[in-house]
Amino acid sequence: MALISSTSPHTTVSNNTGAFMRQVIYATLPGLAVLTWQFGWGTVINVLWAVVVALVSEALILKARGRPVAFYLKDYSAVLTAVLLALALPPTSPWWLTLIGVSFAIIVAKQLYGGLGMNPFNPAMVGYVLLLISFPVAMTQWIAPGEAPSLVQSWQLFTGQLPVDGLSGATPLDTFRTLHSSGAGNESELASHGILHGQFAGLGWEWVNLAFLLGGLYLISRKIITWHIPVGFLAGLALPALVAWLIDPVRFADPMFQILSGGAMLGAFFIATDPVSAATSRSGRLIYAALIGVLIWVIRSFGGYPDAVAFSVLLLNLCAPFIDYYTQPRTYGHDKPNRGTQS
Amino acid sequence: MSDVNYKKISMDGLWNNNPATVQILGLCPLLAVTGTVVNALGLGLATLVVLMGSNICVSLIRQYVTDAVRLPAFVMIIAAMVTVIEMLMQAFTFELYEILGIFIPLIVTNCTVLGRADAFASKNPVLPAALDGFMMGLGFLVILLILGGMRELIGQGTLFTNMQLLFGPMAADWQLQVVENYGGFLFAILPPGAFVGLGLIIAGKNVIDKRLKAIQKARASDEPKVSRRVRTTGKVS
Repeated sequence: MALISSTSPHTTVSNNTGAFMRQVIYATLPGLAVLTWQFGWGTVINVLWAVVVALVSEALILKARGRPVAFYLKDYSAVLTAVLLALALPPTSPWWLTLIGVSFAIIVAKQLYGGLGMNPFNPAMVGYVLLLISFPVAMTQWIAPGEAPSLVQSWQLFTGQLPVDGLSGATPLDTFRTLHSSGAGNESELASHGILHGQFAGLGWEWVNLAFLLGGLYLISRKIITWHIPVGFLAGLALPALVAWLIDPVRFADPMFQILSGGAMLGAFFIATDPVSAATSRSGRLIYAALIGVLIWVIRSFGGYPDAVAFSVLLLNLCAPFIDYYTQPRTYGHDKPNRGTQS
Repeated sequence: MSDVNYKKISMDGLWNNNPATVQILGLCPLLAVTGTVVNALGLGLATLVVLMGSNICVSLIRQYVTDAVRLPAFVMIIAAMVTVIEMLMQAFTFELYEILGIFIPLIVTNCTVLGRADAFASKNPVLPAALDGFMMGLGFLVILLILGGMRELIGQGTLFTNMQLLFGPMAADWQLQVVENYGGFLFAILPPGAFVGLGLIIAGKNVIDKRLKAIQKARASDEPKVSRRVRTTGKVS
């Protein structure tokens, strides 16, 4: 009889790091598909190029650090970082933008801190912020939704042969910001901008965000991530938005618009949930994510940048150890949790 | 303190106890004004002169100042030196003075200056104190220049731009356009770029130190191995 006679647990699911990372990569596919549908092939080209750059830079830095190269490349963490960063970049990005961002993310933000599991900041977001503050013009040139360029045009944008000016258009968040910072934000002005009025929220972007929501729900159903961070994130973003919108619906965007614009869903399900740089306890994750959401709302409504997922995630990454310190759960056998306040 | 090791003082200032890469002092000017080589050179020279001058003065008065009042006295001397430098720069290199701005008076708060005055100059005769000030200043200047060069090259694609601010009109064409049509890399010019750059320089120094130590160790362990091999007949460990 060929019965397996091993002791429990009789787990059959492969749960190595590489398998988890691959699941997350698969979960981004709906978002990638919708980005391609709305904005052309630029994102796909960028994702592929970013993966190549990530693997090469990871291999080089692992070699320099004297670590086994093949072993760490197989955990797919570099590929995931590359995919997330490339999804956040505008589809008009030239090749060098992705090259600088991804190699900085892998070499400096991840490996110089000690590699996977040791990095205090989300590498993809470090790369994104580096690019955003260094190349503000190239990083804000999105394509007007629904006016996707052809594959040839996307390739020419990628190689830098085609100037981006003729194709780029403002995103809904840009439009909303510009209206209010120029002081022209009144009801008729808002109504005249078609880009602000899609089916549910901003044109084009609503579908991108819904696709990432779908991918995120898949991750929760596969138990790759828990519900705490996405729920905390979206609540932290939507609640202040709701209050402000009820007070002044012209000055502030409605909560639906907030959670379906820019990088909200990508941030909530894919960026903030990075298990390395996020808080770890359950209540800690809720606090961490809610603060990210609030910060995004504050920066979007009053700050200098149209979107703020990257800045907010990095700032709260910085706070994550502190949050963990004060939200330590009770250990079995102890009456009270051993929290920082009591010592 | 009778036998002063001048070589050791020099090596300490330049390498072993470098104010910027080992003591990590004076970070504020180091990070703030090293956007270009000329800024770094201007501030580095000013700091060097202040450091040397204050070390000499402190060393001269070290017998007459009691311990209780020594720090205020040192700070007074340093502040006076800095004021002199500031006025000199205002007179002769006015544009550079405008660019460096608040960071010239802030040399007073550069911990390296007070640190050397208290740790070295107040316990040593004039000549070693002067050399210590000079070498510490030089070590600081070199790091400023490397960082300034790195940030200028990566940030703007040039080297030695605007050198006429320091060396007069004849230096106007010293600028090297290393990369043509460079788009600019704002991160290197902004303060975070300075932090990353300084981190890389310190890491580079540590790597070199480690290599040197390994070479020394290999050299030291070579000798006994040979003699042991002579005596043993079996296997050599």
